[in-house]
Amino acid sequence: MIYALGRLDFSWDRFVTGLDNGARFIGRMLPPRIAQPDSLAKGLIESLEIAILASSMGILLSLPIGLFAARNLMPVWATWPARAIIAAARSFHPVIVAIIFVKAVGFGALAGICALVVASIGFIGKLFAEAIEEISLKQVEAVRATGASFMNVILFGVLPQVFGRFIGFATYQLDSNLRNSTMVGIVGAGGIGGTLFSAFQRFDYDFVAAILLSIIAMIMAGEVLATWVRGVFLEKGKVDGE
Amino acid sequence: MNAASTALSVRGLVKEYVRGKKVLDGITIDFAASGLSAVIGPSGTGKSTLLRCVNRLVEPTAGQIHFGGRDIAPLKGRALREARREIGMVFQEYNLVERLSVMENLLSGRLGYTPAFKAWLRRFPQEDIDRAFALLDQVGLGSFANQRADALSGGQRQRVGIARAVMQRPKLLLADEPTSSLDPKTSVEIMGIMRDLGREHGIPVIVNMHDVELAKRFADRIVGMSGGRIVYDGPPDGLTDDVLKTIYGGESWLAG
Ligand SMILES: Nc1ncnc2c1ncn2[C@@H]1O[C@H](COP(=O)(O)OP(=O)(O)OP(=O)(O)O)[C@@H](O)[C@H]1O
Ligand SMILES: [Mg+2]
Repeated sequence: MIYALGRLDFSWDRFVTGLDNGARFIGRMLPPRIAQPDSLAKGLIESLEIAILASSMGILLSLPIGLFAARNLMPVWATWPARAIIAAARSFHPVIVAIIFVKAVGFGALAGICALVVASIGFIGKLFAEAIEEISLKQVEAVRATGASFMNVILFGVLPQVFGRFIGFATYQLDSNLRNSTMVGIVGAGGIGGTLFSAFQRFDYDFVAAILLSIIAMIMAGEVLATWVRGVFLEKGKVDGE
Repeated sequence: MNAASTALSVRGLVKEYVRGKKVLDGITIDFAASGLSAVIGPSGTGKSTLLRCVNRLVEPTAGQIHFGGRDIAPLKGRALREARREIGMVFQEYNLVERLSVMENLLSGRLGYTPAFKAWLRRFPQEDIDRAFALLDQVGLGSFANQRADALSGGQRQRVGIARAVMQRPKLLLADEPTSSLDPKTSVEIMGIMRDLGREHGIPVIVNMHDVELAKRFADRIVGMSGGRIVYDGPPDGLTDDVLKTIYGGESWLAG
């Protein structure tokens, strides 16, 4: 660790100067000021759109991918490719994936959406697969013994056993995508991050403060939304799903 | 036995889980289209394997299984599912879908006849729902339709398990040690329910069991297995101490 600290040129002096700079920086952020309400609103809405679209598509794609990756239900020819997709999707941080997509599809929200879809598959695809691998196969076998089709076995034998956990993972992913959607803008993949970055570059620190506060507000609103979604589904789940 | 009165006809059934180790060593047996048959035999002799080969939860290594006018041993895919839906199965550990309601567990007996989107929306034909309520009454769980299965006792679960199997309108009911996890009184009730439902709906029942007295009390026919072969096949009265010795080996366990 000492070696690492040395390599990073970390010293008490720099730390103190840093604190000093930080204090001056915070001083310039106060009071927050909404310099460009239009670009703030546009950025926030775009982030929200990126998060919601990426979460829905990511979850939809993760369902089959997670199912195919479950080794207790699927043959090797299905689990192998599904696991490869999940592993690939997990390899890079969403920001790196976003950079790649900006190169591929150009600047803007589409790149951000694609990046977060990939992140979602990597994260909940894996969790879905693990949840399915932990189910009781006796229940599945009983449903299969009735002559049910593969889809019906999934619907009645597998889904009820994992439904509650899936909802948990999905809302967690929505939350995490909301956070990440504020970041992909920094590399030009749409959302509030872009607005934040340019405010930084203009040394517009009071606007930066306003943006940061609105991001906090948005994340909190997202938390409330996620709790609500969990409530709705798990309540319904008591009757026919969970 | 002629074809019309035979529900199931097993011919030369062999099962090897490990190559060269015959768990079922050429089983040949017919089951009539009515009555309750009990399969008894020591642990590990292949009773579960036999039942599970019949509905193909286990792949037979060789032999034929004639059911519903065809050999179902080589069936695959849709044809196999269509054969399975005519065979109900009751499990030792009930194997209910714990997080579904009792009613949904019963309706899952109809899944072989229900397209996926209707199953997803829980849109089962009214006829099935009526039948499910009637069966729940018959097994004494009339007021439990909306309970979640994981809130039931063992005896109640097994009643649901039986009702689920009968929901299939099966032409054969298999039960693998349905009472082994239950107390003696509940065991008697469960056996009674199986015998009565079998009679009422005209379904032949094959039950694996360990309790010889219970088998004698409820079965019309006893099949004794040992070492993957059938060593006794006859009426309950025929189960003399000598026969029990051939089935289970030794005699020290026979009291008096
Ligand atoms: N999936 C399997 N893979 C390998 N061997 C198995 C498998 N299932 C069962 N066996 C073996 O086959 C033999 C017969 O098992 P089976 O469960 O059919 O016996 P059983 O008569 O039902 O016994 P019990 O009365 O204890 O239920 C046993 O030796 C068992 O170890
Ligand atoms: Mg057994």
